[in-house]
Amino acid sequence: MTVEQIIFLFVAAVTLIAGISVVTSRNLIHSALWLILTLSGIAVFYVLLNAGFFAVIQVVIYIGAIAILFIFAAMLTRRVMQDTGPQSNSNWWLGAVVALLFFAGITLILINWQGFATQAPMLTNTSGQLSQLGLALVSPDKYVLPFELASVLLVAGMIGAIFVAGDKKQ
Amino acid sequence: MNFIIDPISFIANWLMNLLLSLGLSPIVSNVIVKFIGAFLLGTFGFSLVIFTIWLERKLYARIQDRFGPNRVGPWGIFQTFPDMIKIFTKEYITPVGADKIVYNLAPIFSVSAVLLTWAVIPFAPTIVGTDLNVGVLYLMAVGSIGALGIILAGWSSNNKYSLLGAFRSVAQVVSYEVPMILALLIPVLLGQSMGVNSLVYAQDVWFIFLSPIAALIFFLSCLAETGRAPFDLLEAESELVAGYQTEYSGLKFGMFYVGEFLHAFTISALMATLFLGGWRGPWAEQVPILGVAWFFIKAFLVYFFVVLIRISMPRLRIDQMLNFNWKFLTPLALVLLIITAIVEKSFMVIAPSLNLMETAIPWVRAGLHLSVNLIIILITVQILKTHRVKEVQIVGKPRLVAVAPEPPASVIS
Repeated sequence: MTVEQIIFLFVAAVTLIAGISVVTSRNLIHSALWLILTLSGIAVFYVLLNAGFFAVIQVVIYIGAIAILFIFAAMLTRRVMQDTGPQSNSNWWLGAVVALLFFAGITLILINWQGFATQAPMLTNTSGQLSQLGLALVSPDKYVLPFELASVLLVAGMIGAIFVAGDKKQ
Repeated sequence: MNFIIDPISFIANWLMNLLLSLGLSPIVSNVIVKFIGAFLLGTFGFSLVIFTIWLERKLYARIQDRFGPNRVGPWGIFQTFPDMIKIFTKEYITPVGADKIVYNLAPIFSVSAVLLTWAVIPFAPTIVGTDLNVGVLYLMAVGSIGALGIILAGWSSNNKYSLLGAFRSVAQVVSYEVPMILALLIPVLLGQSMGVNSLVYAQDVWFIFLSPIAALIFFLSCLAETGRAPFDLLEAESELVAGYQTEYSGLKFGMFYVGEFLHAFTISALMATLFLGGWRGPWAEQVPILGVAWFFIKAFLVYFFVVLIRISMPRLRIDQMLNFNWKFLTPLALVLLIITAIVEKSFMVIAPSLNLMETAIPWVRAGLHLSVNLIIILITVQILKTHRVKEVQIVGKPRLVAVAPEPPASVIS
């Protein structure tokens, strides 16, 4: 085993344990903290894949913004220090079915996938990757449509949030 | 000779060769050298804080017409050491009902977030922790961990004042990240790279001359991120006792304290790196050790202004602070970003046809950007003038809180 594989296995174990703890821990803030550990584990995977840009973006967006918003929302809406309510409601079986279907689908795809045996191609031109990504996002024959659609969706979400939160003077 | 010019790279190379000659593989010896480097850099950061605490107290005292620390050592320069020893010996008090793990984790988060920033700051052309190609983004990522530390500290203390401080910190630190990132994009745009060291190489003319507005926005939002006066609403002592750090004692409080002072110096170092040319100066490229001197001269110059602002400004109200961010800094940064991008692109298209001299191109570019910035400043001031407060607005009737009782009639007569 190479050093990289050992690091991968260790981080994978930590990420999985943290992911399970997100669901099982009774305190909402503790769940959010476990979520942060899970997300940083994923950032380490990006580093192992030589994608430093994505690792940093993962930390900026998911840990720096989304996890902090989760914590903030939990602090505003619950009595945070003594929060020990029930962990599931009556729809728990729906969630379980969806999760099982999703898991089965991923397993089916991975069983038929041939990529495990092939060697990953060596990366060339590591410094130019960022500008290649930027060009790919705005070039019409690549990803400009998904990119623009995502930004329209985000703008709609933002306007909706402002509308819900704003003063309604009629 | 090499040792005098560039001692740190010399020692690192020597250590690397030593480890290789001991029969270790290149990867392992590289990891060991990086670990030692990180340890030394962290220690250096903490030792620097010992000095800046003294410096700040001294400046603080001088402006308030006092002497400041002047008993231990010449000019009181060793005053921080007795203070340190005192704080080491203090008892740790953990409040009842505190979340123990999170409570102890929070000070570590807030110090490490600041210390991690130093990994990408170039002290000299050759003395860099790691020259990440996404260094600027890394700065943002690490900064957000600091906000996390403050929130966790406020929440886990089981104290209402701490929790209020944490709420304010989210409002302040997270919202000031928006203009900060927008202002950071302008050096990235002008230097056409996201690596911090290549941004320093790109500053033939300092970026503060190319885009003074971006420098100002970055400086102000950095000040807000540190949470010191005039933005010290996180720990406003007249309202919140000590904010998020109310329940901390001993060395855990000391960690927050050190983190705050280190953060104040770190933002000065960032200003110096991103807008004042970092280690650049006469002969810095030939003699890297001179670059360190230039870097620290610039950083301490900015630090002086940080301290000056802290001392001389009163605290903002929370609505003023948020209005300033969302209604002034953010729109200005957005406008500046769009206009800078257009100007830069059009200059790149036009420049080859102007037949400029090779050495004159950076200066022409700087002049163009500077004049555009000045125009934006003029327009901004004009717009601000239309919203000037002409008379005192009365929001509500004054409500008497304590009224003296009417004196009995016998006293009046």
